[in-house]
Amino acid sequence: MEWIQQLINGISLGSIYALIALGYTMVYGIIKLINFAHGDVFMIGAFVGFYAIAGWGLGFFPALLLAMAVCAVFGVLIERIAYKRLRNATRIAALITAIGVSLLIEYGFIYVRGAQAAAYPDVLANKNYDLFGIQVSSQSLLILVVSIVLMIILHFVVHRTKIGKAMRAVSHDMEAAQLMGINVNTTISATFAIGSALAGAAGVFFGVYYTKIEPLMGVIPGVKAFVAAVLGGIGIIPGAMVGGLVLGVVETIVSALGFSQWRDAAAFIILILILLFRPSGIFGKNAREKV
Amino acid sequence: MKKISKLLMTSVLFAGVLAGCASGNETTGGSDGGGDTIKIGANLELSGAVASYGEGIKEGIDLAIEEINAAGGVDGKELEVVPVDNKSEGSEATNAAIKLVNQDKVTAIIGSATSGNTKAQTQIADEGKTILITPSGTADDLTLGTDGNVIDYVFRTSFIDSFQGKVAANFATDLGIKNAAIYADNASDYAKGLAKSFKETFEAAGGKVVAEESYMADDTDFRSTLTNLKSAEPEFIFIPGYYEEVGLIVKQARELGIDVPLMGADGWDSPTLVELAGAENLNNTYITNHYSSGDPDETIQKFVEAFSKKYDGAKPDAFNALGYDSVYLLVDAMDRAGTTTDKEKIKDALAETKDLSLITGKITIDELHNPTKSATVLEYKNGEQVFKSKVNP
Repeated sequence: MEWIQQLINGISLGSIYALIALGYTMVYGIIKLINFAHGDVFMIGAFVGFYAIAGWGLGFFPALLLAMAVCAVFGVLIERIAYKRLRNATRIAALITAIGVSLLIEYGFIYVRGAQAAAYPDVLANKNYDLFGIQVSSQSLLILVVSIVLMIILHFVVHRTKIGKAMRAVSHDMEAAQLMGINVNTTISATFAIGSALAGAAGVFFGVYYTKIEPLMGVIPGVKAFVAAVLGGIGIIPGAMVGGLVLGVVETIVSALGFSQWRDAAAFIILILILLFRPSGIFGKNAREKV
Repeated sequence: MKKISKLLMTSVLFAGVLAGCASGNETTGGSDGGGDTIKIGANLELSGAVASYGEGIKEGIDLAIEEINAAGGVDGKELEVVPVDNKSEGSEATNAAIKLVNQDKVTAIIGSATSGNTKAQTQIADEGKTILITPSGTADDLTLGTDGNVIDYVFRTSFIDSFQGKVAANFATDLGIKNAAIYADNASDYAKGLAKSFKETFEAAGGKVVAEESYMADDTDFRSTLTNLKSAEPEFIFIPGYYEEVGLIVKQARELGIDVPLMGADGWDSPTLVELAGAENLNNTYITNHYSSGDPDETIQKFVEAFSKKYDGAKPDAFNALGYDSVYLLVDAMDRAGTTTDKEKIKDALAETKDLSLITGKITIDELHNPTKSATVLEYKNGEQVFKSKVNP
């Protein structure tokens, strides 16, 4: 029984990792950039949701949509201001810029708002269902369902729409795509918008589920989501989902075995092992399907 | 697009320049204020993880200084507080102490709120021969140097961790608890000290610690460890830690169906705890604390009244009271030493403090520079702290 409870704990945690990991993987797939500012977009999403709920009295779903919209715009702005001009620069230059943007967002936000934590308002009445001694909260169920729905929508966008086709084309070969008349700038912006919107959604979920939000809350989940993306195979969308869930469950199992101190270490040991033995991740193939 | 980004860059740069100006003004303002005032530095957590402690202490200090100045000051001189924000970080606390000792040349520093941040400045205060009084640093060895000897210039207003742990263990024993669990912050000296003394006292009284787990500061997911704790079936869980994590632990524990009494210490004491945990989840939890605004004692009620008047009806919490007491502890020593400038004499007088009645109890400073004083047990009822009992050492 206890194991099933732990599995549920792990899946809730993992679905948040998965949502953040999707943004990492999409951006990497298309411009080969590890967008370290992604964890901070997640933080901004959490705060937008917070102000929408606590300040303007919006409900959960309007706040979620607002956070996603603001993050989408924010993600595009980051791309346009910081990354666009580095598109032909070395990858290390872009990477360092990403770290710089991340620090700018974190400490800029602290400068404006202060570093103290805030408590998310109780926007979703939380009910605990007792199934044979296992406690399942309605919140964790909702988070799981909404994240799965978002992932399905994403899958549909990437594989069934014109912009999705453009994204896949650009990720495959940017120059050739341009020659075929695809607007590369718009496509990349769209990728950032979608990835950031998902991070914004994850931010609101995080706030609702874990209550505490603060300006540096994006750092650790951001790095964990990066591990999840690498675990699943960076650049591969289903890989990010599976990687996120696996990571969440592994962390929970490590804690459950009584090694809670080693939980973060476990995540990074996974990263090292994956990079050593299977650098392309669980879903990675030699000829990769990208985006 | 280019224009916009240029605009952004300029505004960011401009903001930076402004920020530079602001802090520049502050320092000049501080050093101009010398002469006929007695400067007391306040090295506090005014932002960051435990901002509510630092702000609480600052309010208490401000009230005490206002009262003392209104009554004619000390030896005809007014008190002036020089606040510095250490952002709840040890390295910033060290920098702040260096500034206060060398630049502002304060007579004494009050701070910091946590043991870790206080420890980060004890050496600097001692080398600069400046008195350091921590209002709420409770780690046992805080007043001791690396060689195990007492640091001459370091004092505290609060009781120490091992005493709090003992009070909590005795309280659990009195509730008739046989099996208890401990869930402690693994990195803070504070939590480790409390956990240790709780365990020793509880086991000595015949109880059994059925599970011991720890968490890391800044964690947000405690569910898996709590599930483990639950399966050990404790009747009571002792959770020494600070409110940011404890708030989440209490919430998640109740969601997982852990409904036994939970207990903590003064680190829980913050309005943020109630926001994070939710008032209902906090029912059936207890803390040991320095004082309670619900204590019927007359001097305490007078303090509560004065505080409410200054701060729009707010009820003073323990940090307000400790900040307030720290100022009076210092002023009492100045009175007895007969000087407001000779730090060495004031320090000697501080070490000889005896039976000084303050808000948080009657204080006698012992040879380790720790006060001997009473502790209060409080119970949370619908988000409010309710006075439960008072325990003498």
